[in-house]
This record gives sequence, C-alpha cells and structure tokens, in this order.
Amino acid sequence: MNKKISILIVDDEDSVRDSLYNWFIEDGYHVECAENAKVALFKIESAFFDIILVDIKMPGMDGMELLRRIKSLKNESIIIIMTAFAAVDTAVQALKDGAYDYITKPFDPDDLSHLIRNATKQISLAHENEILKDRIVKLENVEDIIGNSAAMKKVLHQVESVSQSNSSVIISGESGTGKELIAKAIHSNSLRKYFPLVSVHCGALTESLLESELFGHEKGAFTGAMYNRKGRFEMADNGTIFLDEIATVSTKMQVELLRVLETKTFVRVGGNKEISSDFRVICATNRNLKQMVEEGSFREDLYYRLNVVNINVPPLRERIDDIPLLTAYFIKKYCVSMNKPPIPIDASAIKRLEEFDFPGNIRELENMIERAIVIGNGKKITMKDLPLEKSTIHSSVESLYELEKIHIIQILNKYDWNISSSARALQVDRVTLYNKIKKYDLKSTDKK
Amino acid sequence: MNFRKITLVTFGNFEIDFLQKLVIKINAEFFINIQIKEGYFDISDFYDPGRRQYDANKLLYYFDNKYATDDSKTICLINVDLFIPIFTYIFGQAFLGGRSGIASIYRLSNERYGMEADPDILSERIAKEIIHELGHTFGLIHCHTPDCVMRSGTYVEDIDQKNISFCSNCREILLL
Repeated sequence: MNKKISILIVDDEDSVRDSLYNWFIEDGYHVECAENAKVALFKIESAFFDIILVDIKMPGMDGMELLRRIKSLKNESIIIIMTAFAAVDTAVQALKDGAYDYITKPFDPDDLSHLIRNATKQISLAHENEILKDRIVKLENVEDIIGNSAAMKKVLHQVESVSQSNSSVIISGESGTGKELIAKAIHSNSLRKYFPLVSVHCGALTESLLESELFGHEKGAFTGAMYNRKGRFEMADNGTIFLDEIATVSTKMQVELLRVLETKTFVRVGGNKEISSDFRVICATNRNLKQMVEEGSFREDLYYRLNVVNINVPPLRERIDDIPLLTAYFIKKYCVSMNKPPIPIDASAIKRLEEFDFPGNIRELENMIERAIVIGNGKKITMKDLPLEKSTIHSSVESLYELEKIHIIQILNKYDWNISSSARALQVDRVTLYNKIKKYDLKSTDKK
Repeated sequence: MNFRKITLVTFGNFEIDFLQKLVIKINAEFFINIQIKEGYFDISDFYDPGRRQYDANKLLYYFDNKYATDDSKTICLINVDLFIPIFTYIFGQAFLGGRSGIASIYRLSNERYGMEADPDILSERIAKEIIHELGHTFGLIHCHTPDCVMRSGTYVEDIDQKNISFCSNCREILLL
C-alpha cells in the first residue's frame, strides 16, 4: 500500500497534540490535530483519516461520545482511545463501542509504535481485501458465460433475478452445457459471493463416501477416519453448496438431504453434536427429475424442496447463433494459454460447426477447438483440423446421389483437393474419382 | 545543504576524549565542520517533579531560541532523563526540517540496565542518536531500512541493531 496513512489526534492538551504530531510526522504519516470533539467531527466529515487517536477526558463532548458519533457516521477509521486513567471498565466500553484499542498515557514509545504498526497493517489488509474482492467479482463474472442467442439471454435473465434471493435452484440441461458455470454466476452475483461456493459431484461418490463428504465425520467414525473432518455443508456456511448430478443420489441420501435442507442442521458421521450451517443449495442434473419422481426413483418432497427455481440450460444445437461467439472465445482462450498468436478460423469451418450436432455440447466444442489449435498449422483453423464425425452432421439428404456427392466433397476438402490422397481415402482409383468429380460437377470452391 | 556547520552544545560533564570521538563519527557521515560548545542554563526549569524527568519539548524550544542559528544545525547534548507528555521517556527529539535537536545520554549507558559500563558502546549509541536527530533537522523522516540510522528506535537494543550511517535512500535525500 503506497498511500500515506493519515492520523487525526484529538486531545485538549496542546503538549500532547504537539508531542504526538511531532512523533508521527517523524514517522512519515500525514497528521492533523483537533483540540476538541467538535473540531474533530468537522475534520472527520470533510476528510477521511485512517487512524483517529481520541483522548477520553475532554471538556464538552468526551472521547467516548465522540467515538459513538464517529461510528454513527459509518466511518471506517481505526479509532484508538487514549486515557490517562487505566480504567478497565472504560476501556472495555470503548472496545464494545467499536474502538480498535486503547492506550494509557503516558505511553511507552514502543507500545505506541506497535499499536500504530498493527493498525496500519490492518488498514493495509482491509485495502488488500477490497482489491481482492473486486478481483473475485471480476473473475467470477457472468462474462464467462458466452451467448447472445435468445435462449441464453433468457437463462442469463433468470440468473440475474434468482441471484439476489436465497431460493434453491435446479439447473437442468444436457451434459456439457455449462450448468456449473451458471451455478457460479448465481453465487458470484448473490450476497453470499464473499463466502465459499462448495461443489460436490454426487455422481462421482458412493453412498457412504457422499454421506461423509457432505456431513463430515468424527475421528474413528469408520476405518480410515483418522481425523475429524468438516463436511461440505459445514464448509458452505454463509455460502452456496452446488450439488452436481443430484439425480444420482440414492434414496437413503435423498431422505438425509431433505432433512438437512429443511432444518439446516446435521450431525457428522460418527458424531452426536448437531451442527448448523447457513447455506444456499443449487443443484444440477442432466436427467428429467420430474419424470424420475413419477417413476418413483426421486423423492417428490425433495424435488419440490429443491425445485423452487428451475433454470434450463439449452443444448448447443438449440443455440446455433452462439457457436461463432463460443468458437472465438475458445480460440482466444487456448491461444493465450498456449502462448500463440490469435488464429483465425475458416468461414467454412464455422459453417460446419453450426451444422454439427454437438452431443457433448460446449465441452465438446471447447475440446474440438483446443485440439485444432494443438494439431493445426497455427495459421488458420480449417475443416480438416476439426474432428467432425459425419454421422452426427445434420443432414436432410436422403438420396444416395446427394450423399455420395457430399462425401466426395468432404474427402476432397479434407485432403486439400489432392486427387491421389483423396482417391486413396475413398478406396477408388484416380480415374474413378476424376469421373465422379466430372459427374457431380465438383469444384474446389464447393464446401460442405 | 545551505548550512555551514554542525554545532554540538553540551550541558554537563563530558570528557574531551569522548566528545572528540563523537565528532569523528558525526563527521564521517556529514563531512562538515563540527563545533563543540559548552552550554549553560538552569535546567531545573524543565524538571517535572511528578515524573521526575525533564520536559524535552520545553527544553528543545528554549534551546532553539537560545543556541540555534540559521547557518548551523545545532544539537543539545545532555545527560538527563527526557520525556514528552505523551511518552514515558525519549532518547532525543528534533524539529523536523528545523535548526536544532536534543539528545540525551541518560538512557544509553549500560549501567542504566544493570550491565558493566562500556564507553565504546555508549559513544556509538550517542553518536547514532545525534546523527538520527540531525537527520530529522535535515527533513528526514523515519526510515524502514533495517540498518539505517534513521530507523526509529525505542529501546537501546534497537539503537545497537542499526548502523551509524544513512542508507542509500536517506543519503540521496540529504544529497550527501
């Protein structure tokens, strides 16, 4: 922190003010003095002081009253009370009223140095904390959610409106649609943003492991439980817990979860003490929970407890408009991480991406772009860099004639219209390929 | 630097050898003519019977009026226990960017802490204290460099830990 620390000395005795003024000036602080509480309040209202040293005994308004007045102004200054009488009850009252510390006059010079050093350390930490909070907000911003399509705009609007509440949320959508990112966005826009967002991938854990993971365990609760361990619900106190793949949770755990969600209290595995935690629940699933309820594999009461707000994240194939934007985002992301200059992508490649089915959704697109940047020539991403399985390409083609034509174009494009290579890939001779090109009137500008 | 000399005004008995050693040490930092003068005034006016100490603020103002000149940085060397109203004791003080300062030998001797007298250590400590106060008169504030003479020291151990010289940053400010 480079800012000069400012100190206000409030004392009715000239000699005290002068002594402290000289002492602090020699330490390089910006120092101002006030001979009574009235002058002090005037100065405090017109300028911010990092530290305010206040004498308790002053004519008119005393130091304790001044302390209360300063606190009522929502002033963030560190207030140190000075007293000539080491009265413990007064000091305790001062601390209760919000003073940082108190010091008895006359001070040992070292005590004052320590006190001011600690206070400046706290100011510096508070300042650093503010900067880090700003950074967290920037890092976890909704900006990470890319999408201009109407479907995504609807999702973002829902995120915005649900963030400020404490309601449980179910985020549904196919695998790879970015459900966790939506959960992060809800958390980072909520009032709980400075507290943890704890994620649990329910599908990755067995029932007993999940129980211990969520509720924690006491030492000796089971073989291998060598220490007491906090559970995820406990860790998420004041924050948010994100339960991914909630549909995979067993019936027994569903009962446990319901109880925790209703009471916000739980007991660690092997323990007997009830622990309470204030958390918000966000769940994600790629299954149709309502259907599971109808089938009897998911508890109805838990479903209704969780499903206060439902956000459905559309699959990528339903937000084709976002593909160019997402592609550009991933190209930039991976070029930066691989320390490469930005690589353009062929328009035909973008068109093909837009036609692709993307069963793995955004995750698949991301992997595809990463692969293209790794194995490509580094100058341009073309169709041949993209592993687009033809079976998943949307096609309304039904005739054999069209299908053959499209397939030949694909292979020719893949091999940059090198006839020998393309013929070898198609397992025909070159003459046959030439005949097919002539038959379908193919040109190297044809893209499919 | 517009001033032409440093003047050391002593109050009380100081051996000439002791003072000459001090002059050499101070001169090694400032490379300037250092004068030693004997001062006389009744310091009982500055005695606080309640604290059984001498008020350094009052003493410094009096000293500045009576002994300081515009062409010199003047330091009062004294052997009494100094205080300022807010602190239990001080080793010395000076007008920041002013003409004068005060340094006391009283709390710098080993005997004060139940140890064997060591004139060399005492000479080193008081030289550091004088150079420190002179630094303030030149406008230097406390320095965070661990071994710089301008580092704030509230115990004799702090004084022992720092060097007798300015760090490069302080030296640059002083244009020495």
